[in-house]
Amino acid sequence: MATINKKTVSPAPTSIAETENKTAAQSSTSTADAAMVYATTLLVGTFLGILFTKSEVVRWQRINDMFLFQDSHLYLIIGSAVTVAMLGMFLIRKCKASDIYGKPIRYSPKPFHKGVILGGTAFGAGWAIAGACPGTIYAQLGSGVGLASFTCVGALAGMYLYALTKPHLPH
Amino acid sequence: MTDFLLQPWPWWFSGPLIGLTVPLLYLLAGKGFGVSTSLQQLGALCSPGSKLAYLKNYDRRQGAWTLVLALGIAIGGFTGSHWLSAEPIEFLPARFFSVWGAIKLFIGGILIGFGARYAGGCTSGHAITGLANLNPPSLIATIFFFVGGLGVTWGLGHFLF
Repeated sequence: MATINKKTVSPAPTSIAETENKTAAQSSTSTADAAMVYATTLLVGTFLGILFTKSEVVRWQRINDMFLFQDSHLYLIIGSAVTVAMLGMFLIRKCKASDIYGKPIRYSPKPFHKGVILGGTAFGAGWAIAGACPGTIYAQLGSGVGLASFTCVGALAGMYLYALTKPHLPH
Repeated sequence: MTDFLLQPWPWWFSGPLIGLTVPLLYLLAGKGFGVSTSLQQLGALCSPGSKLAYLKNYDRRQGAWTLVLALGIAIGGFTGSHWLSAEPIEFLPARFFSVWGAIKLFIGGILIGFGARYAGGCTSGHAITGLANLNPPSLIATIFFFVGGLGVTWGLGHFLF
């Protein structure tokens, strides 16, 4: 997993030979790194899928109860999840932590445009109607909920609809 | 302990662990947590000859991990519902098992897919990762997720549910 951590003593530009060396070495490790990325992503996804299911955010009723203000469960889950994620990101920034491949961790901010409001409202409506968000659709499908395939095909149709209309939508 | 794990998990246990996904995915995979990009990935994968810029200009190799994450979530869903639950989970109320129910799920799905891609993220990318990184547009997105959800539930509730 070790990437090349050549610590240059002086900020002088590296010679061409050195740069070539570096890229050659990097490409030989990149295949192993790519495999590792997929393995860890699968693991984190599985972890998350178990949590989505066991926390019951995959249940239509829980989402409906949240929007009806009858149940604080989902608000507390979202709130505590954001708090922990925020703490984690704070520590990562504070320690200037790198990922296990040696690359610095940097959040790329999602930009603001009119779609954040218009698309956000549409998404919220879908969240309430189908009682699912993209993450929990996959958890429902994996759990063997046949009806979730309608939600999933719908979500793909919605994505195509956006691909088709994007040039004409306000951004 | 086993009893605890086989019951639905309380928020103070599951919520923080869900939040942990964000730093974990950064540290272990170097990726920002988000799920709805996987829809674009699927679209680009299923229609490679598409003339639509949204799919044509999308880097399928860069985004392949989004489908691996989705696959993981599905495996986790199976694990959670089949091996870690004492009782079957009621994912959808019984009234959804009808033609009208399937149509509602399909319409909801369209709004989810369209809205999440138009907004640039969903509950995971905007509401969790975005808010955790103090990204102002993500706060706006999250507010409007609730505007849409509350509007439908309170405005059209009698018609829809």
